[in-house]
Amino acid sequence: MTTLTITDTDVVMRAVGITKNYGGTRALKGVDFEIRRGTVTVLFGENGAGKSTLMKILSGVETPSAGVLELDGEPVVLKSTVDAVERGIAIIHQELSLAPNLSITDNIFMGREERTRGVFVDYRAQTTRTADLLKHLEEDLDPKTLVGDLRVGQQQVVEIARALAGEARVLIMDEPTSALSGSEVEVLFRVIKELTAEGVAIVYISHHLEEALEIADQAVVFRDGALVAKAPAAEIDLAWIISNMVGRSADDLSPDLLDDFAEVALSLKGIKVADPSNPARLAVDGLSLDVRRGEMVCLYGLMGAGRTELLEALAGRTELLAGTAELEGKPLGSTSIAERVSLGLTLVPEDRQRDGLVQTMSVGENLTLASLLSYAKRVFLSRSAEKNAVEREIRDVRVKTSSPAASITSLSGGNQQKVVIGKALLTEPRVLLLDEPTRGIDVGAKAEIFALMARESRKGLAVLYATSEVGEALSASTRIVVLSKGRIVAEFDPRTTTREEVMVASGETVDEGNGDAR
Amino acid sequence: MSDTTTTAKAPRFNRSNLDIGSILLEGRAFIALIVLIIIFSLLSDSFLTVGNVITMTKHVAMNAILAIGMLFVILKGGIDLSIGSTVGLSGVVAGVLLQGLQIDSLNVVLYPAVWVVVLCSLLVGTLVGLINGILVTKFNVAPFIATLGMLYVARGAALLISNGSTYPRLAGTEANGNTGFGLIGGGRLLGIPMAIWIMVIFAIIALVILRLTPFGRWVYATGGNERAAELAGVPVQSVKMRVYMISGFCAAVAGLIISSELTAAAPQTGESFELNAIAAVVIGGAALTGGRGNIRGVLLGAFVIGFLSDGLVIVGVSTFWQITIKGAVIVLAVVLDQAQQRFKRSKNAALAAASKTPAAPTPENSGTPAPVAK
Repeated sequence: MTTLTITDTDVVMRAVGITKNYGGTRALKGVDFEIRRGTVTVLFGENGAGKSTLMKILSGVETPSAGVLELDGEPVVLKSTVDAVERGIAIIHQELSLAPNLSITDNIFMGREERTRGVFVDYRAQTTRTADLLKHLEEDLDPKTLVGDLRVGQQQVVEIARALAGEARVLIMDEPTSALSGSEVEVLFRVIKELTAEGVAIVYISHHLEEALEIADQAVVFRDGALVAKAPAAEIDLAWIISNMVGRSADDLSPDLLDDFAEVALSLKGIKVADPSNPARLAVDGLSLDVRRGEMVCLYGLMGAGRTELLEALAGRTELLAGTAELEGKPLGSTSIAERVSLGLTLVPEDRQRDGLVQTMSVGENLTLASLLSYAKRVFLSRSAEKNAVEREIRDVRVKTSSPAASITSLSGGNQQKVVIGKALLTEPRVLLLDEPTRGIDVGAKAEIFALMARESRKGLAVLYATSEVGEALSASTRIVVLSKGRIVAEFDPRTTTREEVMVASGETVDEGNGDAR
Repeated sequence: MSDTTTTAKAPRFNRSNLDIGSILLEGRAFIALIVLIIIFSLLSDSFLTVGNVITMTKHVAMNAILAIGMLFVILKGGIDLSIGSTVGLSGVVAGVLLQGLQIDSLNVVLYPAVWVVVLCSLLVGTLVGLINGILVTKFNVAPFIATLGMLYVARGAALLISNGSTYPRLAGTEANGNTGFGLIGGGRLLGIPMAIWIMVIFAIIALVILRLTPFGRWVYATGGNERAAELAGVPVQSVKMRVYMISGFCAAVAGLIISSELTAAAPQTGESFELNAIAAVVIGGAALTGGRGNIRGVLLGAFVIGFLSDGLVIVGVSTFWQITIKGAVIVLAVVLDQAQQRFKRSKNAALAAASKTPAAPTPENSGTPAPVAK
């Protein structure tokens, strides 16, 4: 690499008024953002604040709905990731994007293979280069090893090596350390310092606030799709970040909740669930928890804490490795999803599009899908019974739709989510599980959805929901259960705890708490 | 509950349903059929005669019955390539039973009654479907592969049973008490061939199943989003199993009609019938990805294909051109379908963007109350 004249005010890339809409959801609202040569800019923000969306736009994965990107002062349109890479912008994705069936070398040079005589892949040059990169990253691996044989942390190192191989001018790292060991993180940070010294601009996202603060030159905070604060890293501390991240948003959710609860509806003892992406690992490791009727319990934890795995196992989608789950005293055993639904246990899944909606069906058909048999007389559906149920539920959960026959895809994210919840409520559940119920929906709809959950809990429903937003946990629950690495590490009463306490408890920096709090 | 939310249901987007472009797209199969009829009746005097229309409709019926079964499978998001072979197999099963079962140990020949023959054929067809279903659900074989395998296995079974030869003279004899098989395909009621009646009855039954039973809704849901359907408690595995059985059953019915009409059962009968059935379903607007399609479309699709094929013959177009034109029509149908889907998607996206929840606390005024704690 040639040496560059470094002035820390040099702007390599600039985003002006970037807006991104997904269907009806606004993920980014006119963001202005700049990336400077030779500096590390760290992005803070809760899940769904818009950080990852912005990074996808900067790296050509997504195109903005409005706004302009500038590279070296010139407006550019990034047509694809390949286009971005050719312009010197590389990204290390949050989700690993490697091909497990190929070797480390093949992965690093995927899409930009070195060639001899313009035709054949130059394996020797690629292997030598890969070996150099791995050495630089202090990872003792054979370049010919299949990526599928590596542990996740090593795969992440390969992902980093791939970004380095492109000799990018702008390097975006989206949660690069989530699977790295402590020493690997140190190596990464050393490499980052070397890169910035060479003039590379780095954008860094991490949920580990202290860690990110350690390498930051610039800090930028996102909230609800907007850039709400920025400051040089030297001038800020953890409290500044947290208060800006959380802002006001969740405070005014505060629905009314019960103080006294009825009998235990869901009882979990020693639950163990395998990690679906890595069966040798436990995603949930010996978890015990009781949820009473009228309670609204929040499972709070970082990504990978085991929230989704626990809820999916309870719904019957995956098996329990160990432990027992009882619904109103009856063991669930190995009952099917359908049986659990009819027993009164329903899950509102995390990924609405993938698991919650049938996109080809209407609003009404989606609403009654789970409770269809209750409108059937002998073999035929009673149209009037179904129609009544649909109309009642649309009013009840306040779905805004032009008609029950409208396509489900014509609704905004918040209204779609209300349909998913309405569908679950129509099964007359005793226990309602919700996984990130407000993911990707706007603030107004969030408040409505929590009000809805709270109303049902007051009527005696046992509600257990997972979230990674502290504000939600604090303002809309009767109890906060903090998960980390598949275990309960702390429990809080939301009225007497603080954001900082909950966030610290969920972080990896904290000592392993006693697993059986309370 | 209060009626405050009824205002939210005001049909203010309905007018956009009325524009001409979307009507043309929506009704394209019907329009295509009308156009076909007009063109062919202009080109040939014999096309639009009662006799010819009945004959053509009889040809249509065969494909329509298969396509109705296929619709169930395609709605579920699968495909059934084995139905052509099942047509052949069920005919051969009927043939072998009507010829009489030689029981060597007793030295007698058993002639089952026609209703027993019919029942056995239908059972065999349904069994092929059951095997398809088991392969797809229990062994997780992709529907394309599972039914491709059964395409060969069922054809092979038909050839094995018949030893490769055709069973002639299925009319039966009075002496053996097995006459009447010919009525299924050759008989007429009120001057209309039985095949057409069977098509009508099957279409009505299928319509009722798809629209008025929980099972029908489950088929749509499973094809639309299997994961969501399963999480909603839909018995996805049993739905899959049943759609393949329905498809096999329909194929067996078609096999019976053909062998009855010809009063002969050849093991080669039904080759490439599955492709015609798929074409009818697709022209009728069903999505091969599942979840979208209906009986009306399937019938229109079957009529378009049938009238097109027969019309080209009547007009005297060469066989080579017939095949080429048929292929082009199928592709055109899907191209138009994609255009319609794109149109719908963009309309829905616009609706979704417009229907943001105007919740009690709007982002603007909820932004003020809690000042940043420091």
